Amino acid sequence: MSVHQDPTRWQRPPFIKSSLLRWALITGSLLYLLVGIGSLDINWVRIMQGGERGLRFVSGFLAPDFVSRGPDILNGFIESLTMTVTSTAAGVLLSIPVAVGAARNLSNKFFYLVCRAFIAVSRTLNEIIVAILLVAMFGFGPFAGFLTLTFATIGFMAKLLAEDMEEIQASQLEALKASGATFLQRLDFAVLSQVKPRLVGLSIYRLDINFRESAVIGIVGAGGVGATLNTAMDRYEYDSAAAIILIIIAIVFVAEYLSGMIRRHIK
Amino acid sequence: MKAATHKKAPPRWQLRDSASTWRHFLSWLAGTMLVVWCFQIMTNETIWSFVYDAPRQAVDIGSRMLPPDWAYTRELLWPMWETINMATLGTLIGVVIAVPVAFLAARNTTPSALFIRPIALFVIVASRSINSLIWALLLVTIVGPGPLAGVFAIALRSIGFIGKLLYEAIEEIDERQVQAITATGASSPQIMAWGIVPQISPALAGITVFRWDINIRESTVLGLVGAGGVGMKLESALNTLAWPKVFMLLIAIFATVAVSEWISAKVRHKLL
Repeated sequence: MSVHQDPTRWQRPPFIKSSLLRWALITGSLLYLLVGIGSLDINWVRIMQGGERGLRFVSGFLAPDFVSRGPDILNGFIESLTMTVTSTAAGVLLSIPVAVGAARNLSNKFFYLVCRAFIAVSRTLNEIIVAILLVAMFGFGPFAGFLTLTFATIGFMAKLLAEDMEEIQASQLEALKASGATFLQRLDFAVLSQVKPRLVGLSIYRLDINFRESAVIGIVGAGGVGATLNTAMDRYEYDSAAAIILIIIAIVFVAEYLSGMIRRHIK
Repeated sequence: MKAATHKKAPPRWQLRDSASTWRHFLSWLAGTMLVVWCFQIMTNETIWSFVYDAPRQAVDIGSRMLPPDWAYTRELLWPMWETINMATLGTLIGVVIAVPVAFLAARNTTPSALFIRPIALFVIVASRSINSLIWALLLVTIVGPGPLAGVFAIALRSIGFIGKLLYEAIEEIDERQVQAITATGASSPQIMAWGIVPQISPALAGITVFRWDINIRESTVLGLVGAGGVGMKLESALNTLAWPKVFMLLIAIFATVAVSEWISAKVRHKLL
């Protein structure tokens, strides 16, 4: 047995306690970094050639061109914004029954599994992939985008709402049951009244996400400003592309500010 | 008015008085009108015969997808590896850039609340508003098609996400620990290292894993615009209308995302 010596210097306790695990993780990550970076097959010649384009893009940001593609940009944003509003409204409305079905305390086993499966599919599939499939079915244009965003909204809202519904006070539900309230009355007075602040907050948050997504799904033909942006990039019109990106940032900024105000107002 | 209702006994219980009922009704009406109006503008140019045709198209595509092309899996291993690398390396670069940005953006650590903080916040908002697919679109024209563009697209999008959550965590730290370190005469890097970093490192690890999970999901589609990974296979399968391959790709993507979500949930559970 070695003589125990009190340490004279204090040392910060390590983040991962077991030293074997710590070193294994460190060497593992370093090895992975080497292999991972090696798999990128970087083409330096191509990057050099791209430098000039990169500079043009940066200068496009400094002098964005809102005018020469003005009508296209306006049209794209009208599509994006209308898609955002309609899909959020439809998605939130439809998410409420799905959430009730996916809440363990309100639903039976069969509906619970069906709704949870639907939520899992909707959350796992990327919006872009859903958009590709829906464009193939419903044709090009914002209607396919509207359906895509609605589908994504249902999964997002229903998951978070269901979690909230599972955490409501059971006593209110029981009191209403004792008074002979029907299932719908119980939902209205015990469940919905308790989850309402969360519902409003999440809807506003989702509105924000849907706008951002609506700017992307146009790349695969589902309407919105993404199509305009894609065209601008394809033509190397970086000044128009920069204008679109700046407008998106501005709208998101304003939306975030407003939603913060609304959420504070609700609280 | 009040007297009149008092005479009519017994008064029926109501949730709201009549003014507030009207206000509610009118705001719901206005909201509904807005949605309907937006829907009309949006569907102005919709070709409805395509929409009515959709169920038939869905059945058609569905029947073409079956059975999935299982043999195609072997060709997917390398692109899948590339996809995971894009997400992981992108997340790492994102973290490295996001940490200083978060410190500049947090009200209690920023060197200048008047000049530097707004710039840091703008960086965060700009990065958050632009989807990684748009960043990829841009970077592909600059650095050329391939996974490198994907890595940087993921990184650029992650800065805002990690930066935002991290600076909120920094603003919520326990100031007493910082004061205690300051009272020992520590310099400001020492305060940072011993007073602030230990408080936020679990949050940073959690946020990073969370973002990594989202990045796996996003990197599967970056190939659609040429930024490498399994999305490039998806693009070529879609262009050649090889539906069994598309279905196989969807299964592979679904499985990868499910596994990454499981890993991320496990790790975050351990951390908290």
